[in-house]
Amino acid sequence: MRIFFFALLLAPAAVHAAGGDIQLDRANIDSADVISIQRGAQVFVNYCLNCHSATAMRYNRLMDLGLTEQQIKDNLLFTGEKVGDPMSIAASRKDQRQWFGVEPPDLSVIARSRGVNWLYTYMRTFYRDPERVTGWNNLAFANVGMPHVLWQLQGTQVLKSQIEEQGGHKVEHKKLVLEFPGTLSPPEYDQLVRDLVNYLSYMGEPAKTRRVQIGIVVLFFLSFLLVLSWLLKTEYWKDVN
Amino acid sequence: MGKIKPLLNWIDARFPLTATWKAHLAEYYAPKNFNFWYYFGSLAMLALVIQIVTGIFLTMHYKPDAAQAFASVEYIMRDVSWGWAIRYMHSTGASLFFVVVYLHMFRGLIYGSYRKPRELLWLLGVLIYLCLMAEAFFGYLLPWGQMSYWGAQVIVNLFAAIPFVGPDLAVWIRGDYVISDATLNRFFAFHVIAIPLVLLGLVFAHLVALHEVGSNNPDGIEIKKKKDPKTGIPLDGIPFFPYYVVKDIVGVVVFLMVFSAIMFFAPEMGGYFLEHNNFVPADSLKTPDHIAPVWYFTPFYSILRAVPPLFGSQFPGVLAMGLAVMVFFLLPWLDRGVVKSIRYRGAVYKTALALFVISFLVLGYLGTVPTNIWGQFGGWLGGAERATVVARIFTLVYFLFFLLMPWYTKIDTNKPEPERLTR
Repeated sequence: MRIFFFALLLAPAAVHAAGGDIQLDRANIDSADVISIQRGAQVFVNYCLNCHSATAMRYNRLMDLGLTEQQIKDNLLFTGEKVGDPMSIAASRKDQRQWFGVEPPDLSVIARSRGVNWLYTYMRTFYRDPERVTGWNNLAFANVGMPHVLWQLQGTQVLKSQIEEQGGHKVEHKKLVLEFPGTLSPPEYDQLVRDLVNYLSYMGEPAKTRRVQIGIVVLFFLSFLLVLSWLLKTEYWKDVN
Repeated sequence: MGKIKPLLNWIDARFPLTATWKAHLAEYYAPKNFNFWYYFGSLAMLALVIQIVTGIFLTMHYKPDAAQAFASVEYIMRDVSWGWAIRYMHSTGASLFFVVVYLHMFRGLIYGSYRKPRELLWLLGVLIYLCLMAEAFFGYLLPWGQMSYWGAQVIVNLFAAIPFVGPDLAVWIRGDYVISDATLNRFFAFHVIAIPLVLLGLVFAHLVALHEVGSNNPDGIEIKKKKDPKTGIPLDGIPFFPYYVVKDIVGVVVFLMVFSAIMFFAPEMGGYFLEHNNFVPADSLKTPDHIAPVWYFTPFYSILRAVPPLFGSQFPGVLAMGLAVMVFFLLPWLDRGVVKSIRYRGAVYKTALALFVISFLVLGYLGTVPTNIWGQFGGWLGGAERATVVARIFTLVYFLFFLLMPWYTKIDTNKPEPERLTR
């Protein structure tokens, strides 16, 4: 029993960067929802694109989402960059290492390495932790170097542990509890994170929508070709059979 | 039409065009009973062509430089016109090349295509397979992601386990003390020119050897034994052109449909064709928690991990992994069966083959997951990892399939082979 509790105490340490033991919440993003991706892009350039870069992504690629060049310039470009430039940042890598202990990773393809569910869970499971230098810790990424950038929107959470009796065993549950509410309600905040993750997913592979569309045409063409080639084969093989 | 004949005569007087066409297509007689398994030879050639053509276009934009490689792949995916399609064709093609080659090799196994007189054909085939493994290994470093980097690190370190010369050998292969820019550059050279050249030469020789001895077939009997006394054409043979050309076209279209379904709708194939961790740029200071090779190497990776170290040296595992591939070379001389095809073999061979297939698949699966995936046994087995114990058992089965082959193929009760091809 004591060992069991000990294991639970260590549980956050076992949660490694790849997601580990934590149950990931489903992001349920809709990649066809262009408006959601547009909102996500706005969150991204406002909150992420100061410490994180996305150097594989060009601003004007966002025209994929139905935005005009002028709209991108007016709403998403805050620096002196041109609309055809990639999303790079001004902060120096060396400074960042000093501030956070690690360089914040480039986010161009983060959705492809982490997966959307992990990102969705990660952005919602920050909690206050006085032990940490930044004052923040995270359930999906234990002892993360990143502070909770969206705390004003979400509010602040703390990790509360409850001990419950379950079938004669004492089981410890750890649960995130909202300590001080933010400017958004929890459902609104979840939607904001969903939009952001939707954008990150889009940015991970902007050609995805086009890829699927072309794939359908290609498969139709090949099905037609299959019928033709099959007829050709049967015609020739009449002599053999 | 009238002008073509003189032109053909002009060429034929200087180059054996018509003669080659006849010898290898129009008058190359193949057994008429080829089944499903016989599509994979031509499909392997198609896969090779796809890899070479898409590879050429990728080299036009890829940068073999540790500082730029990762970004240049994303540049291809975004800024190069149709770059994403070419890159996905290449990555999907790599995996499907192995699917096709494994099925092609399995065909050889079940119908005894490695037996006399096709031993050299088989040896050339195994050499092609070795080249393909080298080609895939070198190519996998090029995207310069975490799995590229640490996968290469693991494989190169295998050479370091060789007694005495190992560490120096590993440095010599890497061109540095760690996987670095120097390694990336030489792997690029191997991937785009050295190995493909050898591969093309071997494929050519493989075809020459095939057309010399003629194709085997699902009955495993020689069609050349029964010839038309007048024409000298095998009675059960049909000309490759047009019959097998039109038949292979059907196979090609089906293959392209599978290929397209993956490439357009699931290019990552759930992390098996493009590993998730490979979308993180290579970092020499951050070892991933779980390093797994791409699926086509995992049976051998399992064998490597299954063999316990000896005197603190990993060499036995490395040796076992090497032998697991090399043992295919011995196949023509290990098989003492009277018949070639599984159709006329007895229950003993069929059981052995089934066990081999199961062990190959289980080892393949276990190679993709961490060794602690199934937890540990209790104290009665010393708390050994379940997956490792299972991998050891199947590694044993894998090798016993080959080692016991001279014995069990001999004692097997075979059915009589037919005189002529059955359908």
